[in-house]
Amino acid sequence: MTTGTFTERATTAVQDTQLRDALARATVHFVDGRLTAMGELPDPDGLRDRGRAIRREVLENLDEHLATLADAVEAAGGHVHWALDGDEACRIVGQIAEQHGVELAVKAKSMTSEEIELNHVLEAQGVSVVETDLGEWIIQLAGERPSHIIAPAVHKTIEDVIELFKTATGEEGLPAEIPALTAVARRALRQRFVEAGLGISGVNFAVAETGTVILVTNEGNGRFVTSLPPVHVAIMGLEKVAPTWDDLTVLLPLLTRSATGQRMSSYVTAVTGPRRAGDIDGPQEFHLVIMDNGRSDILDSKYRESLACIRCGACLNVCPVYGEVGGHTYASTYPGPIGSVITPLLEGAESASELPWASSLCGACLDACPVRIDLPRMLIELRDEQVARGMTPRSESWAFRWFGRLTRHRFLYSLAVRVGRLLQRPLTRDDRITSAPPPLSGWTQYRDFPALAGRSFSERWEEMEKPSHD
Amino acid sequence: MKVSLFVTCLVDLFFPEVGEATVKVLREHGVEVDFPRGQTCCGQPAFNSGYWDDARAAARHFLDVFEATDDYIVTPSGSCALMVKQEYPHLFENEPETKARAVAVAQRVHELSSFLIDVLGVEEVGARYEGRVTYHASCHLSRGLGVTEPPRRLLQAVDGVEYVEMEDAGRCCGFGGTFAVKMADVSNAMGEDKIANIRATEADTLVGCDAGCLMQITGAMRRSGRPIKAYHLAQILAGETES
Repeated sequence: MTTGTFTERATTAVQDTQLRDALARATVHFVDGRLTAMGELPDPDGLRDRGRAIRREVLENLDEHLATLADAVEAAGGHVHWALDGDEACRIVGQIAEQHGVELAVKAKSMTSEEIELNHVLEAQGVSVVETDLGEWIIQLAGERPSHIIAPAVHKTIEDVIELFKTATGEEGLPAEIPALTAVARRALRQRFVEAGLGISGVNFAVAETGTVILVTNEGNGRFVTSLPPVHVAIMGLEKVAPTWDDLTVLLPLLTRSATGQRMSSYVTAVTGPRRAGDIDGPQEFHLVIMDNGRSDILDSKYRESLACIRCGACLNVCPVYGEVGGHTYASTYPGPIGSVITPLLEGAESASELPWASSLCGACLDACPVRIDLPRMLIELRDEQVARGMTPRSESWAFRWFGRLTRHRFLYSLAVRVGRLLQRPLTRDDRITSAPPPLSGWTQYRDFPALAGRSFSERWEEMEKPSHD
Repeated sequence: MKVSLFVTCLVDLFFPEVGEATVKVLREHGVEVDFPRGQTCCGQPAFNSGYWDDARAAARHFLDVFEATDDYIVTPSGSCALMVKQEYPHLFENEPETKARAVAVAQRVHELSSFLIDVLGVEEVGARYEGRVTYHASCHLSRGLGVTEPPRRLLQAVDGVEYVEMEDAGRCCGFGGTFAVKMADVSNAMGEDKIANIRATEADTLVGCDAGCLMQITGAMRRSGRPIKAYHLAQILAGETES
């Protein structure tokens, strides 16, 4: 699945009509939901502006906000760990598991843990890990990675799920009905919450002023993960800070309305430290892992704005490229437009070099982003960097050098047009070209290409110059 | 009123009749049209592909050519207008003098439909076209420049036009310049979706405001053997739809 290049995977994906149908259904559902939910706000654009301003300020003064957050978490009795990279973050969680003799860990949905492949590390040291978000569980049973930031199993059909559940639980004859299938998950997972020695969650926002971790879920599994096991570890990328609860009142509705079209998710869990005296539940220990993993480099670059992302997935849902190829084609933790920007930044330009090109620059992502991240601009910036590093084909850079020359000199430009007319002659029939050599073959493989006009507008202008007064 | 026509390279070389129609429409609305002869391409293909030095070469040339005029600059393309208006100033971020020139020129650039509605205040278009017509809202015009109503209003003002809005009219057709060649499979899949939405309207005519998108959509429709008529808005407004 993650072999080959983006282009090769895309070629396969666009032929998968079942995938394209599933994606179309899901993304239309999300897009309609977002438009309705945002549209009913008295001033949606005003809220987006406030969200953007908050996120920018956070990134501007991130060190201060993180210090406030860490102090507040510790004041509430929690432990704070700083992880420079994914390995360190995994090591920290692994040590916590080891200290407590954990055999089973239950997880709430966390893209950050996907980013660092935490499950593999824990399993390698003998800890069983069970994903408890329904979509994540399906993906875990299938041995895949999420194909969407908020809907990890969006590419799976109900028949796929029945098959996976049958294998996992032995339950036969499951009906193709969502309530019946969620009941299967509930039966299988409920006991695991009770048995688990460790609960692992992500962090949607960390409110710095009180050291509170906010989890946005719809299934209630996040609440079990953070309250039943004796130890709770929350993992966050270091950009996920909301300085105050007032800030959260802006960011939270932006997230839920943009992600699923909900005014509020079914559950919003706020965790401040471990169980206090008098609390009826909650873990005895609370750990917050604050992870860099390449983010501070982005912070110091012209791509800083990409860290303003609140992981709502709206850019995926509106992206026509994502809609055709699905998340797995990106072969990265974060797919879609935001993934095409941050994956090369997090992993290094060489490892995901095709992703910045996986966009027609249609601007739908910028339009949908609740905090107005200019993703198309950053995609072009990444392309510019590849050109500067000599990562693009030599023939292409040669062609564009000539393009630059031709556009500067009208005479050469006209000459090139005449040469073009000669060259196209053997390829042209009825004013169109149906088969051309590379690089135009990419076009003519599927589409007719118009032939250069016999007389260009410039050549016609002289006789048009004096308008007839009829 | 005087206008300098920025015809765009695609129209100049592939669709000169769109340029002629643009001139005709402007003249019909009492505008004197000049065509600065030195113009070539705005540089967007190089810019979008990351070849910013080459894009700057094209941009400098554009500025030289159009600084010699001082009237409105009108273009029958949302995409090329966006390039000049939005990206030129960005390209010259580190060259304050050129940036100032770019900003000054950018302010004079108008896409045709928004020029007709917002600057000229056109209400009566004085054109006639018989057909069931749907409109593809190109990305750079609708989202980039925020021009969504002018083309639709102009079309609906044409005598004989039965206007029908397609599903997701603003969704990308998959053109995207070099994207259409570099990621041909994905580009074509996007085109297929667009064409399905067009066909679902049962329109006999497609109208757009960008030659690039029209190339993409009509190229695939012709290949499928089931083309419908497709025109640039200027051709409908000029009543030049025979060719």
